[in-house]
Amino acid sequence: MAKIIFIQPDGARREIDAPIGTTVMETAVQNQVHGIVALCGGACACATCHVYVGEAWLAKVGPREEMEEGMMEAAWEPRENSRLSCQIHVTAELDGLQVTVPAQQGG
Amino acid sequence: MVSSIVIIGGGQAGAQAIDTLRREGFTGRLVLVCDEPELPYQRPPLSKKFLSAELAADRLLFRHRTFYDEHRVELMLGVKAERLDTSRRRVHLSDGVTLTYDKLLLCLGAVARRITCEGADLVGVHYLRNLADVAPIRAAFKPGARAVVIGGGYIGLESAATARKMGCEVTVLEMADRVMNRVVAPCVSQYFAQEHRSHGINLQCDVRVAGIEGRHRVEHVVCADGTRHPADVVIVGVGAIANTELAEKAGLRSDNGIWVDEYCRTSDADVYAAGDCTNHPSLRYGRRVRLESVDNAFEQSKAAALNILGRATVHDRVPWFWSDQYDNKMLIVGLTQDHDSQVVRGDPQARSFSVCYLKGHELLAVEAINHSKDYMAARKLIADRAVMDPARLADLNVALKDAV
Repeated sequence: MAKIIFIQPDGARREIDAPIGTTVMETAVQNQVHGIVALCGGACACATCHVYVGEAWLAKVGPREEMEEGMMEAAWEPRENSRLSCQIHVTAELDGLQVTVPAQQGG
Repeated sequence: MVSSIVIIGGGQAGAQAIDTLRREGFTGRLVLVCDEPELPYQRPPLSKKFLSAELAADRLLFRHRTFYDEHRVELMLGVKAERLDTSRRRVHLSDGVTLTYDKLLLCLGAVARRITCEGADLVGVHYLRNLADVAPIRAAFKPGARAVVIGGGYIGLESAATARKMGCEVTVLEMADRVMNRVVAPCVSQYFAQEHRSHGINLQCDVRVAGIEGRHRVEHVVCADGTRHPADVVIVGVGAIANTELAEKAGLRSDNGIWVDEYCRTSDADVYAAGDCTNHPSLRYGRRVRLESVDNAFEQSKAAALNILGRATVHDRVPWFWSDQYDNKMLIVGLTQDHDSQVVRGDPQARSFSVCYLKGHELLAVEAINHSKDYMAARKLIADRAVMDPARLADLNVALKDAV
């Protein structure tokens, strides 16, 4: 398990234990984290699981991949630290990861 | 006052309706009836990573069981809704139980179209639609096994790619002159045909299956021209049909799907429907459509749930679709019917391109192959009824969103 901290736009925090090997998106959906829709179920096809990765975690999480980069085209307010949470795989290294949910999903 | 809602069908639409109803504050009795025994699960991976066993079954679930307990959802799984009595607002179930409802939501989905040729019911002939269909197919996809796929549509091609990945010798037989002919442009068909062939698939178009042969189980698939393809396993993917039986028997209006209006209402005031089973108006395209789409099931079901709660919500979204084959991701947004021209952006040889469909200069639909940027831009442009500049559209130096 690795602890993932989800922060809502209003600052509300939730800490959730995520099984290693799943994705941050799956953890959010199974625990009903508000604001993570994840319509395509992790196929990198919908950009509705967009999160902002905490600055301290950017290096460990890594950059967006090419497919993901294109999906950001119509994401709501993409920033440098935007990732699709379906593309972040939970590893022991990410224990304590902080991600912020945007105020909206989709274009 | 709505105090009791029954949902029939536990696919994408049924699962979403539960979510929306509870999230929006419905506190009354909520029952989900589904003829499959599993908790509601996601269907798209069935032909992809779940088939190849890269994804475990519990990762298909929309929600774990605790969610349904916490949200007081009565699950009636493995039970079929046999008869619907709209005048008394009752549903009769296969286990003898009768449910009464204030509002009913039909999320019945679609069923795989069957083939009827000789040998169609031999052991070893499979359809891929439900979770339960996967285990025998997966078991048959042993390295070296000869798999024959009938139908070169989404399900056929995705299963073929997975079978190949699992080490099978794969033949795909398509009746039309190109794969996915109903859903994509010729150059996209050509691109995917090439992809499948380069992965070692024997892809045959313009062939008609005359029958399936075998003494105790499938041994050969025989084509009309006499060609015999040896087969250890056969996958049939020749389309799906809206599951309208329950609705039709109850006298609800149906015509290639359960007829609903833009508020997801059927011809009965207390019965709503959403997802693949519906024939619904597309306001964007000005005609009625029936879609097989995760996105449509999700959006329409959300709208249906809100309408059931008395919050008038029009279902009017531009539909989108996706398919994964090998390392290719195809993303499609919009509906192509009525287009009068196509503009290809990029070069299929570069393995990243898109096809834009225009009616006059209005963008109707885009098929994007390994090109998520054009796809995402198109979602907005199509919804906005953007008028494009064809010269700029064909210029790759101009981003799609700026080609207006």
